[in-house]
Amino acid sequence: MEEPKQLSVSAIENGTVIDHIPAKNLFKVIQILGLDRFDNQITFGTNLESKKLGKKAIIKIAGKFFEDADINRIALVAPDAKLNIIRDYEVVEKKVVEVPDFITGIAKCMNPKCITNYEQVKTRFRVVSKKNVALKCHYCEKITTQENLQII
Amino acid sequence: MKNRSLVSIDDFSTKEIIQTLDLAEEFEKNPVQKLLDGKVIATLFFEPSTRTRLSFESAINRLGGKIVGFADSGTSSVSKGETLHDTIKMVSSYSDLIVMRHPVEGSARYASEIASVPVINAGDGANQHPTQTMLDLFSIRKTQGTLDNLNIFMVGDLKYGRTVHSLMMAMSRWNTTFNFIAPEELKMPDEFKLYLENLGLKYYEHTDFTDIISKADIIYMTRVQKERFSDPIEYEKVKNVYVLRNSMLKNTKPSMRILHPLPRVNEINPDVDSNPKAYYFEQALNGVFTRQAILCKLMGIK
Repeated sequence: MEEPKQLSVSAIENGTVIDHIPAKNLFKVIQILGLDRFDNQITFGTNLESKKLGKKAIIKIAGKFFEDADINRIALVAPDAKLNIIRDYEVVEKKVVEVPDFITGIAKCMNPKCITNYEQVKTRFRVVSKKNVALKCHYCEKITTQENLQII
Repeated sequence: MKNRSLVSIDDFSTKEIIQTLDLAEEFEKNPVQKLLDGKVIATLFFEPSTRTRLSFESAINRLGGKIVGFADSGTSSVSKGETLHDTIKMVSSYSDLIVMRHPVEGSARYASEIASVPVINAGDGANQHPTQTMLDLFSIRKTQGTLDNLNIFMVGDLKYGRTVHSLMMAMSRWNTTFNFIAPEELKMPDEFKLYLENLGLKYYEHTDFTDIISKADIIYMTRVQKERFSDPIEYEKVKNVYVLRNSMLKNTKPSMRILHPLPRVNEINPDVDSNPKAYYFEQALNGVFTRQAILCKLMGIK
């Protein structure tokens, strides 16, 4: 017997639910997607129990449907995130995020001698490994690995 | 290649590299051609580099171009706190091409995105120095008659030496076999070895000079710098291990040539200089021809 599902955060009529965000990265996701500047109704819950992640966070954005390229930007901080697209209270589509081939302006280059750490230059990386994320800086050509990854 | 920048040797296709080397050969035969008459080239040296700067300025002068610029950032507006962004914006309106050396890595790529004219990277920190690579390729092709299937020995500081990294990456286009001779502390980094493995190219690592150098077509020497060692005793132990002496060259191939990006300190004993296999001073002269060729290619003149 399956337990009846309980929603920890109230349901939305139309929009996007982003689930399985690691709780500690919730605010990074909000920042990357620029949700702090949205006028839409947004609810989020954090430190929710998750078998997979320990503690997870969930975000519900009413009336917003993301382009894949936009949503993939969160893959660096929420690689297991799942998206539920809601229309008329029903999940009409499920999506997972994918690490994109190129990343602009999200991560910091770990090389202290890189120009992006000297002047106001938007960082740009080519993703050289997606599993254990490794980013090659477009400018200094040095590799930033997952362990050294800092979100700007 | 007209109006393109040269930031990394990878910016040029194999065909473009060969075309540039062919043009450099023409300049070797006939170095004085007024192809840059009426053009202004900016040489911005945010950190001093005598050899590279003089070689560029010699190349520009032989082509009849005019030079504006500075040889050290103390004499430019950078000392007043101007950003690289603003310096490049300004200079690109004063010149037809920018040659730039800067201590910050990635600065040349950034400058090439801001400038409205082509940018030639004359060294950006420990990152890239493509005109050095081009002159190395020119020297190798000239002395060996080909770039294909050669056995190249790289000796000394293979960890921090950007010239060996760029040359290795460039030569990997021509089925090269590599031998790396370096102390444990200064070994070729894994990422470069992985690069060769992915291409299916052979490489061998050694910690000292042995008879193995009899197989070499090119021995590329670099300086082992004291400041690279955390433990000064380690430096004292290895500093004399990576010194090439004339007596070691007896069994090497007659066609073998010794290259060195210069300046040399003690890693090549002066008794090697008179050996016909010593090529490092001619190599430096080749820098003028290759830079003439690169300038003309990027200006779309030849």
